[in-house]
Amino acid sequence: MKVWLTVLLLALASPALAVQPDEVLDDPALEERARELSKGLRCLVCRNESIDESNAELARDLRLLVRERLVAGDTDTEVIAYLVDRYGEYVLLNPPATGSTLILWGAPLALLLLGSGVAVLHVTRQRKSAAPEGLDPEEEERLRALLDEDAKG
Amino acid sequence: MIVELGHFALIAAFAVAIVQMIVPMIGAWQRWTGWMAVASPAATVQVLLVAFSFAALTYAFVTSDFSLRLVTLNSHTDKPMLYKVSGVWGNHEGSLLLWVLILALFGAAAAWFGGQLPDTLRARVLAVQASVGVAFYAFILFTSNPFTRLEIPPFNGQDLNPLLQDPGLAFHPPFLYLGYVGLSMAFSFAVAALIEGRVDAAWGRWVRPWTLAAWLFLTIGIALGSWWAYYELGWGGFWFWDPVENASFMPWLIAAALLHSAIVVEKREALKSWTILLAILAFGFSLVGTFIVRSGVLTSVHAFANDPERGVYILAILGVFTGGALLLYAIRAPQMQAKGVFGVVSRESALVANNLLLAVSCFVVFVGTIWPLVAEMMFDRKLSVGPPFFNAAFTPFVIALALLLPIGSILPWKRGSSRVMRAVWPVALLSVAVAGLIWAMQTGRSLGGPLGAALGVWLVAGATVDLMTRTGRGDLRGRLGRLTRLPRADWGKALAHGGLGITIFGVAGLTAWQQEGIQVLDIDQSMTLGRYEIVLEDVQRIQGPNYIATQARMHVYEDGRDIGVLLPEKRVYPVAQMPTTEAGIDNGFFRDVYAVIGDPQQGGGYAVRVYIKPFANWIWGGAIIMALGGIVSLTDRRYRVAAGARRDAVPSGGVPAE
Repeated sequence: MKVWLTVLLLALASPALAVQPDEVLDDPALEERARELSKGLRCLVCRNESIDESNAELARDLRLLVRERLVAGDTDTEVIAYLVDRYGEYVLLNPPATGSTLILWGAPLALLLLGSGVAVLHVTRQRKSAAPEGLDPEEEERLRALLDEDAKG
Repeated sequence: MIVELGHFALIAAFAVAIVQMIVPMIGAWQRWTGWMAVASPAATVQVLLVAFSFAALTYAFVTSDFSLRLVTLNSHTDKPMLYKVSGVWGNHEGSLLLWVLILALFGAAAAWFGGQLPDTLRARVLAVQASVGVAFYAFILFTSNPFTRLEIPPFNGQDLNPLLQDPGLAFHPPFLYLGYVGLSMAFSFAVAALIEGRVDAAWGRWVRPWTLAAWLFLTIGIALGSWWAYYELGWGGFWFWDPVENASFMPWLIAAALLHSAIVVEKREALKSWTILLAILAFGFSLVGTFIVRSGVLTSVHAFANDPERGVYILAILGVFTGGALLLYAIRAPQMQAKGVFGVVSRESALVANNLLLAVSCFVVFVGTIWPLVAEMMFDRKLSVGPPFFNAAFTPFVIALALLLPIGSILPWKRGSSRVMRAVWPVALLSVAVAGLIWAMQTGRSLGGPLGAALGVWLVAGATVDLMTRTGRGDLRGRLGRLTRLPRADWGKALAHGGLGITIFGVAGLTAWQQEGIQVLDIDQSMTLGRYEIVLEDVQRIQGPNYIATQARMHVYEDGRDIGVLLPEKRVYPVAQMPTTEAGIDNGFFRDVYAVIGDPQQGGGYAVRVYIKPFANWIWGGAIIMALGGIVSLTDRRYRVAAGARRDAVPSGGVPAE
């Protein structure tokens, strides 16, 4: 934690705001692709920022690297593969839905289906199982007690 | 001396809370009136003691008493007064003291305004509320004491984190805490009802205002935080799906669900056990949020080992309270029998769908937030879950919820019919038409803009139609006249739903149509962005109370018309050794012009970033309208009548019965 904090503070001590003018590529189409890619890549030393929004020095290096690869003619997939190869899947803000990550994507869906099932069952069945409207014996008694109290008062 | 008294008051409050936890609970169990009667005065005494303790800490901050460790670490004599005060809760220990203060305040409010409650229920509610308090008092006193003194006080403090020295963020934590902790009321009512063994319409009516209050505070707190991020972090993002943000968003979603299901309990005596479960979960997620923020376990996995004591303690509180309540729920819930039956197409069914969508969307946020931790511990995979995941997984739920909302809110209770659709058809047509128009007008190929506009119109117009159908039949003038006499709750509902539509539209509009320009500008050079021209006129150094800033002067022209000067700054706080950016923003109804000054460049000139942010203010405007809806709803006649009836009852009780 201390190390991260130091890195964070160092990064902040030389503030450079996210994408700098000198990083921007001349080709607007390539630049657009670089921006889109940057939004999905994590600044590895930051708390929870993409390299597109981070001010850290490392984020700048990664932004330049992404642009370098794009200029060299890589496709988006190749750029991402290149980065994952070097930094691991930690660099991806959107983890690929493979292996155990399927649970991340599947669990909400499973809960939605399960919840819908339970809800539909409840809505269709509740008409039969519900208690009759009106007061139950216990409530009748409480009401009588209250009325008696009132009558006495 | 005052500080020692504050410390002592906190310990006394701990003792009072222990009494308040035990005595009324036994009293309610044995039906001993005297023991139950302890609860209310104890709640009052407790809040007075904590309030004094909190005031003592505030006093130490205001007078810059650097013999207190907490003040040294978080304050400085040069700091403006506002931030000396907000510094009280801008740190772990102080924020926990604020936590217990609000907890005690809600408990006392339940004692003061709970005259209508049956004695046993009130005693149990206050006892449960006190038990939560006991856990947190112990946490503060044993692990995070704000009143720790330093042996050798320094001459000056280390200043508050500069990011927190901002009016938006000064009041962000208190509102969030009012929301988090406000949900403890719903929790206490739920647990008390489980012990009591009965949930009825009256219970629904008692729980609802507390939940509504908590939810509206959360709404304001989250909106303040998002607004702060927008103008402070330097590129105008308003939501980052950060674990700490998610921590506040999860209870908000569950509270919204609870708010709606409690209506079904109140009006129709159905969905009882589900409502109880939501009440437990809502506070459970508040505790999860506290755990995430306070332990730092999720921002960095390694921080957990840094302060294991605190993290483990909050985890234990979370486990005991949520686990205990859920166990009680498992034992008692089957006894909760529904009374009102309803058709498949009915307001009740629509609210079930609302609850399902809100609960599952909360689960999406939850899974995404904790997944990096789970993946590392169970699968040995180190990965990140960021905005791209949340945007993709969460948005469908918002769309589904928004689509359903106007139909559901207009459906009658018990059984709906196709007549309802006749009222909303024009609204649906209007929304589709607006979407088509925007699709045709916009230059890009984005689908988000038209979709957001359609949902916005659908919700706002839907809320209007909902209000109008409440005015009955007859000529338009008569109906408009009746509009002003509708119950406040109807107005609150329409405002909250319309506000949601405005926020959705703002988010979609900003995301879809934002423009950005990054350029190096020399003094007196200009850049063009869409219809705007920005001239960098001057850059100078200025001295603030506790910072030094580089301030740029930028003149903005819209279609050649002068619309004013922006003064973005880059600040450095020497004591905390931290820079911050202050964006220069020209706020407008339809767009913000957002300018940031960057570094001086090697070849001369400055890096300048300018954004056009369309409909940015609609995001927070919608949130404020939602919160306003909550406030209007809280002032509804039935809550006031209930309060009035109690006042009337007091004198009549004193008159001899003849």
